Amino acid sequence: MTTDRTIRPLGERPRILQMVDVDKTFAGNVVALRRMALSVNEGDFISLLGPSGCGKSTALRLIAGLMRPTTGRIAWDGGQSADDLGVVFQEPTLMPWATVAQNVWLPFRLRGQTFSAVKDRIEEVLALVGLENFGGAYPRELSGGMKMRVSIARALVTNPRLILMDEPFAALDEITRQKLNNDLLELKAQMGSTVIFVTHSVFESVFLSDRIIVMAARPGRVIREITVDAPYPRGIAFRTSPDYAAHALATSEALSEAMGEKMELH
Amino acid sequence: MTLADPQTSNGDSAQDVAFDVDEARFARAQRVESIARWALPVIVMVLTVYAWDRVVTLNNIPHYVLPSPGRVMATMVEDWWLLIGSALVTLQTTLLALLVAVIGGVGLAVLFTQSRFAEMSFYPYAVILQVTPIVSIAPLIFIYVENRTVGLLLCAWIVAFFPILANTTLGLKSADHNLRDLMTIYRASRWQRLRYLQLPSALPYFLGGLRIAGGLALIGAVVAEYVAGTGGVSSGLASRIQEAGYRLNIPRMFAALLLIAAMGVAIFMALSLLSHLLLRKWHESAVKREN
Ligand SMILES: Nc1ncnc2c1ncn2[C@@H]1O[C@H](COP(=O)(O)OP(=O)(O)OP(=O)(O)O)[C@@H](O)[C@H]1O
Ligand SMILES: [Mg+2]
Repeated sequence: MTTDRTIRPLGERPRILQMVDVDKTFAGNVVALRRMALSVNEGDFISLLGPSGCGKSTALRLIAGLMRPTTGRIAWDGGQSADDLGVVFQEPTLMPWATVAQNVWLPFRLRGQTFSAVKDRIEEVLALVGLENFGGAYPRELSGGMKMRVSIARALVTNPRLILMDEPFAALDEITRQKLNNDLLELKAQMGSTVIFVTHSVFESVFLSDRIIVMAARPGRVIREITVDAPYPRGIAFRTSPDYAAHALATSEALSEAMGEKMELH
Repeated sequence: MTLADPQTSNGDSAQDVAFDVDEARFARAQRVESIARWALPVIVMVLTVYAWDRVVTLNNIPHYVLPSPGRVMATMVEDWWLLIGSALVTLQTTLLALLVAVIGGVGLAVLFTQSRFAEMSFYPYAVILQVTPIVSIAPLIFIYVENRTVGLLLCAWIVAFFPILANTTLGLKSADHNLRDLMTIYRASRWQRLRYLQLPSALPYFLGGLRIAGGLALIGAVVAEYVAGTGGVSSGLASRIQEAGYRLNIPRMFAALLLIAAMGVAIFMALSLLSHLLLRKWHESAVKREN
């Protein structure tokens, strides 16, 4: 599926939303996030990278509107509507009683659209994630990677302005993960979507994103933003390029700093 | 591992044979088990009935003390129309009570999940109703409820509804938390959330409760019949047992008892089948996995 969205170069992208001085404190004075500021622009592929407990999921849940900031604000340019968001969790999070196609139908169904009205779109998205023949299958009949594809298809089906992904491939094996990373980039390019992607992996973040937000824990905060200006589409050539290695090194250093360690690489 | 080495491939096929032997042994064990599953209970039953018959015949026990199995069967045939008529009365009470228990149990469970205050207010009373033995409530019910049928129904309902309420409430609350978040993100209404997420999540729990409730409804109906006493044109199996007891018609007591047990088994099997049909496509409990 192609859309009228074209991805502009970094720096020329219109803003979608803005986190302004967002603090999130949980009961018991756990400061999950302190003074987080982030602008998300149309077409960005942003990775949130950081050690466990640095507030990555909290940031995502705040943006998703699942909770409110303790102080600060999250403002959508031009307001927010129900179909602005698509979400992919770490688990596939499918309804086991529904078929693959019915699972993908969910966002439409909640807007009151019948299955037949959106059948073509569902088939299109399933084909896009490589599951054209699995519409009638139940989730338990699929492998872990295939379930994740269904989950991605559900997030994409309404063509939302922003897609949030919280360690979506963390539970998958390396081979499946690389394949899904490649496919994700392709889907994003085709649909011109904007993605915020939470990950623990330096390599994944460098390969996928054009902006890497490195975060530190206790209190959760942003310590560095790294721009990966390598052009898309990215493939095996990028994975093995010096440019990739340089960004991976810079990102690793920032991450070590986030974890309060000294790098001993040079 | 070397490739295309004849020695190795010979080794492989030897391994294949070994594997096949194992496989065959496993298949045989499975076959034996599937036959044993129904054959063993039948054998136990036949032996028990035979032993019963021997004991009665060899000791010349009079039939008003302990009838022989043959005599019980003969009575069953002789009194068939009388007994089956009563069985239908009891069955009707049971099924009606179960139906009302489903409506009441699921209705209350939905109410409880929609309103914490409703749950706080009423859940304790549901528990009290559940833990108080029905035999102690039933006499009061028959004092205040004029209509015998309504009284019976009420007793059976009190016993049957709690497992449905408790299980369905648990099921409605156990929907996957990520799916709940997804509903929030897509701004689902309360009704949509209930219809598309909570009710399907609760289905396996509900069906588990229903299976328990089926047996309990029968117990409730029978106990209530005992308490209500004999009389009236439409008396159920419990009344028949009581009546036969007064007249020392022991074979008929046995025959009626047999029918009650058969009914209990039939209800359980029917509800298990229903559960299987509804869940076989997706739920772990009903899905056959190739191991
Ligand atoms: N609902 C909550 N109640 C209380 N504390 C919470 C809650 N959610 C998160 N926290 C705390 O906030 C901090 C950040 O949590 P968060 O889940 O955002 O981390 P994360 O970066 O996603 O970690 P991980 O990589 O392990 O998923 C942690 O210290 C956590 O204990
Ligand atoms: Mg997390």
